[in-house]
Amino acid sequence: MTVDFRTEALMQKHLADARINVELETEGMVLNLGPQHPATHGTLRVVVKLDGERVVSADPVIGYMHRGYEKLTEFRTYPQITTLINRIDWLSSFANEVPFIHAAEALMGVEAPPRAEYIRTILTELSRIATFVLFLGEMALQVGAITPAFYGFRDREHVLNLIEAATGGRFHPNFNRIGGLKIDLPSGWIDDCRRVMKKIFDSVDEFEELVVGNEIFEVRTRGVGVIPPGVGAGYGVSGSNLRASGVDWDLRRDGQPYLVYRDLDWKVWTHPDGDSFARYWVRMQETRESARMVVQMLDGLPAGPVMAKVPRIIKVPEGEVWINTENPLGEMGYYLFSKGATGPFRCKIRSASFSNVSILPWLLKGVYVPDIITILASLYFILGDIDR
Amino acid sequence: MTPLLAVDVAWGWIVAIKTLVVLSIIPAGALILGYVFLLKMMSHMQSRLGPMDPGGFHGWFQLIGDGIKFIQKEDIIPEQADRRVFMAAPVVVLISTFLLYIVVPAGPRLVVSDLQMGVFYALAVSSLSVIGILMAGWGSANKYALLGALRAAAQLIAYELPLVLAVVGVVIQAGSMSLQDIVHFQQDGSLFGWSGIGFPLIFTQILGFLIFLIAAQAELTQTPFDMPVAESELVAGYMVEYTGFRFLFFFMGEFGTAFAFAGIAATLFLGGWSIPHVHGTMADVLGPIVLFVKIMLVSFLIFWVRFTYPRFREDQLQALAWKYLIPLSLLNILATGIFKVVL
Amino acid sequence: MAKRELPGKGLIKGLGVTFRTMTKPAVTVQYPHEREDPPARARGVIALKEENCTVCMLCARQCPDWCIYIEGHKEKRPPRRPGGRDRTVSVLDRFDIDYALCMYCGICVEVCPFDALFWSPEYEYSEPRIGDLLHDKAKLGEWMLTVSPPEPLEVGAEVKGKK
Repeated sequence: MTVDFRTEALMQKHLADARINVELETEGMVLNLGPQHPATHGTLRVVVKLDGERVVSADPVIGYMHRGYEKLTEFRTYPQITTLINRIDWLSSFANEVPFIHAAEALMGVEAPPRAEYIRTILTELSRIATFVLFLGEMALQVGAITPAFYGFRDREHVLNLIEAATGGRFHPNFNRIGGLKIDLPSGWIDDCRRVMKKIFDSVDEFEELVVGNEIFEVRTRGVGVIPPGVGAGYGVSGSNLRASGVDWDLRRDGQPYLVYRDLDWKVWTHPDGDSFARYWVRMQETRESARMVVQMLDGLPAGPVMAKVPRIIKVPEGEVWINTENPLGEMGYYLFSKGATGPFRCKIRSASFSNVSILPWLLKGVYVPDIITILASLYFILGDIDR
Repeated sequence: MTPLLAVDVAWGWIVAIKTLVVLSIIPAGALILGYVFLLKMMSHMQSRLGPMDPGGFHGWFQLIGDGIKFIQKEDIIPEQADRRVFMAAPVVVLISTFLLYIVVPAGPRLVVSDLQMGVFYALAVSSLSVIGILMAGWGSANKYALLGALRAAAQLIAYELPLVLAVVGVVIQAGSMSLQDIVHFQQDGSLFGWSGIGFPLIFTQILGFLIFLIAAQAELTQTPFDMPVAESELVAGYMVEYTGFRFLFFFMGEFGTAFAFAGIAATLFLGGWSIPHVHGTMADVLGPIVLFVKIMLVSFLIFWVRFTYPRFREDQLQALAWKYLIPLSLLNILATGIFKVVL
Repeated sequence: MAKRELPGKGLIKGLGVTFRTMTKPAVTVQYPHEREDPPARARGVIALKEENCTVCMLCARQCPDWCIYIEGHKEKRPPRRPGGRDRTVSVLDRFDIDYALCMYCGICVEVCPFDALFWSPEYEYSEPRIGDLLHDKAKLGEWMLTVSPPEPLEVGAEVKGKK
């Protein structure tokens, strides 16, 4: 059918309009929050299917940072593994060593002296404070405020300086040894620690004024990403995420006794709502609680050796043991299977963020696109912890 | 022959000088605002120092160096992009900024053109940038840029209304839409019989001032209304395909518009270039300095809010405009009208 | 959890926090012009005291990254007393630590039975070429000048004699 040029032009124009309408169709649009992204803490990829502004389905893809830890542990000795596992959750690295060392000590039947246990607890709580202060700053960053992130880094420096003065490394202390600690604290450390705890209290108060009281922050986070307690526990979510849904469960108090938590006077913070605001609030209160615990422990630090009597070449006798602890990110556990050699036969690492992230497909259904970022920030996972 | 500062100058020269002044104010204003607030004030609010090395003294050369860096970058235009629309979009945004400076007075005779409907013209012309943003999003041939541009356009159009309505109270009180008349009204007025600081309209129009600042914050797509640009999800919004000099145009447009809006707010609410009891040539000399100080004050407020608050979600943003700001500004107009008639 | 307060009060308090921080001095240490000293225990670089080393190879074996390269040979020495047996002494030929691989874990320093390796807080040894990060015996000996003396321990620590 031949038409004249005017009709032809009109037909072409209509066809072009139709193409544009198909292009602008947003149903089933796939958005790739790719491995490189400012909002995910590292290389997490979330493949999100959108309908307009709402999420239809979300699929996290992990493994971009898999370093083969469990394979590495098969060919390393215990001191070497202690060095490596610092790097699983790099923001609170002391806390990663503790369950592993306890597992080895349990199999050997060795108990660290009380001073060593106290110092271990102090350093664990210090690393909890360090990572939570950073969280308080950078969740606000993900929600849009740029200033609190800088405050988070600035206040964390004080704690890192303390850890460096005691262990020699800011991020990777490598301080635990089977039977105790490498060396005792340097002189003047206790006074420095008290001073830093005062600064931490001030800093958390500042975050409370700047972020928690802010109406815009509340409007962005309240009611967003609600995790019902049953669903959370079913997916294996642990740590502050679960306590923010109202579940009163803390391995430091309720699990196998480890370190010196039974001797201290502290409380477990929960929040009934289960939304992103609750997760932020619970971690803020836990930071304060950790600072109070550290002050108590500094007052009651027993004197004595920091290393028990252990042979020079450590061979852990045959056996299997499972030790889990309340790490800042959640519940972390090591299943140690030893055949009497200088290194484990098999070490299974249960990391908290792996289970925390598994709830994402359920949690992200039906939320708006900006809320994805808020939820990812509030769950607080570290990629090294997910992928190991 | 029009007398300009007691020198007789021909008409052509005057237009040339005025054009030159407006063309140079935009980069200068953008540089000053960018350096003082974005680099230094933001840094100190975050407990750090900001640039210190470039140029030696507290890093004053940083932004100029950034500008030179942008100019020498490769000009990349996506293959599928609509070339003319793509290239024209930053120009349109910048033109709307330039047109804003035509009515802002810096002295009793230092204004490019004192239009009778200055306020109306200024607000109308500032909304031209929406077209530029839509052109940028469309011409980029990128689905995400287009969606970002649509979001930005929705936000800008929603906040036009509070911007305009907030100013109506000022116009009612001053009795004229010309910016020079409004400045004269504030200069010659008196507060409860004392004419020491004239009658800056901020005292009676405080609600209008606040709504104007909030709406200006949204017009500049600054936090807490920066969902279109601070895209941690949809890549980088409507500017994503722009590199080099074209991106510099957008940047200059944003800060130039901030400078202009601060200038309009200073003129309408704080008295502009005027100091009471200072007239004539003295006012011509001191006027720009006074106006600059007032612009810095208003910009301080704008940027202070920008660095402190998180951002709104798109639907919360729209709800704020339609459900809260517009009724409040209508209330403001009602109250002003009643008081003008009653008092 | 929030009490019903004046709307906008939280926003004003937030502005107050940033204003107060702006008026306090910044915490930045302008690095090349000013420096902060790390604590004495900081794990900056490993130094070698060559006279103590007996080429036992324990450090090279225990290193998780295998970044220590040691070569040595045995030499005969005359007996200490006339009429005694000839002695054999291990002589260190090559002792390299590749700092491009080193994890700064400190296992080598701890494991050395003869106290030949020490930690030093020195950290400014970056090189433009990655090959230059292989520090040989001479350079490791130079780092000994930066090693800090052992510091006093905290109150309550048990001070034992050296094993």
